[in-house]
Amino acid sequence: MIAEFGQYALILAFTLSLAQSVLPMIGAQRGIRPWMAFARPGAFAQLGFVGFAFLALVACFVRSDFSVAAVYHYSHSQQPLIYKIAATWGNHEGSLLLWVLILAVFGALVALFGENLPPRLKARALSVQGMISFAFLAFMLFTSNPFDRLSPVPFEGEELNPLLQDPGLALHPPMLYLGYVGFSMTFSFAVAALIEGRVDSAWARWVRPWTLLAWTTLTAGIFLGAHWAYYELGWGGWWTWDPVENASFMPWLIGTALLHCQTVVEKRDALKAWTILLAIIAFGFSLLGTFLVRSGVITSVHAFAQDPARGLFILVILAAALGGSFALFAWRAPSLNPGGLFAPISRESALVLNNLFLAAGTGAVLIGTLYPLALSVITGGSVSVGAPWYIATFVPLMVPMVLLMAIGPLLGWKRGDLPGALQRLAVAGALALLAAGYTFSRETGGSVLAPLGVALGVWLFLGTLVEWTERVKLFRAKPRENWNRARHLPRAAYGMTFAHLGLAIAIVGMTGSSAWKSESVKAMQFGDTVTMGDFTYRFDGIAAVKGVNYLAERATLSVTRDGKPYTVLHPERRRYAVQAMSTSEAAIESSGRGDIYAVIGDRAGPRSWTVRIYHQPLVPWIWLGGLLMALGGVVSLSDRRYRVGVPNRLPIGQVTGA
Amino acid sequence: MMRQILLVPAMLALILAFATASSHPVLADPTIPTVDHPLADPALEARARALMREIRCVVCQSQSIDESNADIATNLRNIVREQLAAGKSAATIRDYLMARYGDFVLLKPPFKPETALLWIGPFALAAICLAAGLAALHINGTIASGSTAPDLSRSERERLNRLLAAGCSEKPQLRQRGQS
Amino acid sequence: MSLRRLLYALPILLLALFAWLAWRGLAPDRDPAALASALIGKPVPQFELPPLDPAAEKLATKDLAGHVTVINFFASWCAPCKAEHPLLFQIGKDYGVAVYGIALQDQTADTRRYIREMGSPYTKIGLDQNGRVAIDFGVAGVPETFVLDRNGVVRYRLSQPLSAGLIAGEIDPLLRRLAE
Repeated sequence: MIAEFGQYALILAFTLSLAQSVLPMIGAQRGIRPWMAFARPGAFAQLGFVGFAFLALVACFVRSDFSVAAVYHYSHSQQPLIYKIAATWGNHEGSLLLWVLILAVFGALVALFGENLPPRLKARALSVQGMISFAFLAFMLFTSNPFDRLSPVPFEGEELNPLLQDPGLALHPPMLYLGYVGFSMTFSFAVAALIEGRVDSAWARWVRPWTLLAWTTLTAGIFLGAHWAYYELGWGGWWTWDPVENASFMPWLIGTALLHCQTVVEKRDALKAWTILLAIIAFGFSLLGTFLVRSGVITSVHAFAQDPARGLFILVILAAALGGSFALFAWRAPSLNPGGLFAPISRESALVLNNLFLAAGTGAVLIGTLYPLALSVITGGSVSVGAPWYIATFVPLMVPMVLLMAIGPLLGWKRGDLPGALQRLAVAGALALLAAGYTFSRETGGSVLAPLGVALGVWLFLGTLVEWTERVKLFRAKPRENWNRARHLPRAAYGMTFAHLGLAIAIVGMTGSSAWKSESVKAMQFGDTVTMGDFTYRFDGIAAVKGVNYLAERATLSVTRDGKPYTVLHPERRRYAVQAMSTSEAAIESSGRGDIYAVIGDRAGPRSWTVRIYHQPLVPWIWLGGLLMALGGVVSLSDRRYRVGVPNRLPIGQVTGA
Repeated sequence: MMRQILLVPAMLALILAFATASSHPVLADPTIPTVDHPLADPALEARARALMREIRCVVCQSQSIDESNADIATNLRNIVREQLAAGKSAATIRDYLMARYGDFVLLKPPFKPETALLWIGPFALAAICLAAGLAALHINGTIASGSTAPDLSRSERERLNRLLAAGCSEKPQLRQRGQS
Repeated sequence: MSLRRLLYALPILLLALFAWLAWRGLAPDRDPAALASALIGKPVPQFELPPLDPAAEKLATKDLAGHVTVINFFASWCAPCKAEHPLLFQIGKDYGVAVYGIALQDQTADTRRYIREMGSPYTKIGLDQNGRVAIDFGVAGVPETFVLDRNGVVRYRLSQPLSAGLIAGEIDPLLRRLAE
């Protein structure tokens, strides 16, 4: 019965979203207050219905109700509870339901916290959100119903893919979807603003928390996915430029650009049309990602179902949403009031350049991702666009941007002092070059990329610190004043500092992991040792281990460093009985210098196994950097100025003006 | 006690049964090379590894043969090593593989008329973005500095002169509260 | 239409281009996982393989000349090969073409057992235990099937298991054409 209730709730949500799409929009156009007021309870009710449906599906999984097709295909009675729950969204239908749930959550959040929004803007934004929900609910109900039943009822399920039975991968889709769907809110606000014909700094301030939330969760989701790939796939790779990975990277790049140019709209009332366009494009890339994963038009490790009919449905949604908003843009954007002016050298222009590089980078990734498809459709040829191409095109585009990232925050609004900024960065630049030189001297291959990466990371790190010391007037005022200033800096400033520092650390981590990785692959018998760098590994033995739903071979490797015991590693090879699939679980020991990473492979003989050992320098820095970036986003979000509910108090006697 | 003694070998037997039932051929036979044979010369091996990173594992998704554990990847790795050791150049080896697998096998697409747009695209895009941006900044900048301000007409110039001559005698209008 | 207006219309134009590409990409006859063969229209690679039965003849390129042939790569450890095996008998019988089998990276004993159990539709069987001949053919896995015309030129490559539908739709017309 629960499944039927869930289905009914979805149908209710579907009809409600239709009302939500139409009534507030017409109400805002015609000034019909009750229709506009419908948006708020409508959003709450939407959340209620979709939330109920989602919980119903989770309940079906937890109870192992195999009469529900999704539960049969992706769960098993012996599966650990956490993976029964994670299986809810580990498949096409369930993840769609998660999508729609998050859409509803964001709508409800705007309804809840949007007390201070102008009523028409709120009504229109919630109405657009309702339209998106309507489209996806239609897609779900007509092509991908999670509550489809099976008859006769099977006794046992087929089990979730063992690769997905992992905590990191249980968390990765919800985070990612929070990001993707978060951009739906900025999209709705952008379209609402276009319909209204007015974009101003007040609009930018209202939208900023949503952009920040989407960007932060998307950052977390991407790094989680990369981290999972790193420890699960068995050779320490964390990014393959796979089409679906790119599909999450592109909205992130655009989201970053959007965050930065929104600041210009907010502070200087400029770059309006561009900001609106980016808000539309960011969500457009979310939709593109959905299309690539679920349509079967490109093969990928991440692809769900290969179903052209579903693909066509999503393509129609994508074309309608983006086509409509781009058409609206072409019509309305030219008449948006152009805003504040600024000198060619200023913080605004630095942000413009930042946006340009990010846009060019996104364009490069888009070209690489879609080119094989385009070529196969137009000429029938097939070509692979892999990591070497992206490194040759994307990285050069990002280098000037990172250089600029340290300079931009030091320039003033309206008119900046470039020589002054460069002077203050002189030490940072010198140290960066020194670091590059040192790296180059230690390199054996004469490669340029590693010193470049290190130099950029050092430059950005020190440059960001310089900016903070400027704000706090470190070394130029008394420590007490430094402390006061540091305490009272707006949180958004700290957000920026953390995020930029995080990126710098991540850049160095990425450089280290790509440039200085080393490995040893050896068939080892019990008692054999292998030495890599300072570390010696002794293969002590293999034990049989039984997990909840798998059998494993668990190897023991004693690791000593410079003769002293360092750690013991236990790589495993698991065999999941139901799906007859093996996974290999790497054993990793992290430290500030990097990771040692051991994997047990196939048997190489009657008493020997293939043991692969990798040294992954600086990899933990990547995850630390990502964490810091996400933390920066959270800190920024907590800034009081960006919380929509805080009223703007003015003293009596002051002229009110926008 | 007896049961516990028997349990471990029984487990091991079960595991071995699973392990050998997998779809990979057993590696014991040396004539079936699913094992790597690294080159003795480290510099040559390093060149081989660099080349391997550019060759796609044709049965995997977006992985190079350097990263993949698939049998065919191992085979291709050994072929690359053999040919390098025999003195062939990287370009020759790439051609060898392309003749058999098509352009698809290279992760770094060759520069041909079909892929010209692919290679030039990002840089052309960057150039266009930069040009557009700089143009917009320039226009913005010149407006800000007033150098493109249109000239005043005669009547406007006279009014300006009068205002300047009058100095502070004309009080500016104070905005009343309530007016926008 | 001013340049400015055109610029504002650029996004929707690009979207239209993408939508068209995607729509064509969704066409049901397009399989994104299918591997185009680099060998189509080229002569079959030169090879010589030891036979399954030590007393039999080797399988070599010269055996393929003068008549339409079908080459099938298989292995005992490959489940889809077992599934498509009966169809190979059908091809040999219905079209009067010689079907040659190449066992890829398989133990001799295992191949022998496979043939004993499943029967042999093959005129000759060659053993490619180190996988090099498969690489010369651009084979990515098993099963794969090639059709050659009487001059030894590769005309068709199937990188997935045979099915009745595929035979009727693609192989039948081709074999008829080549028989003329």
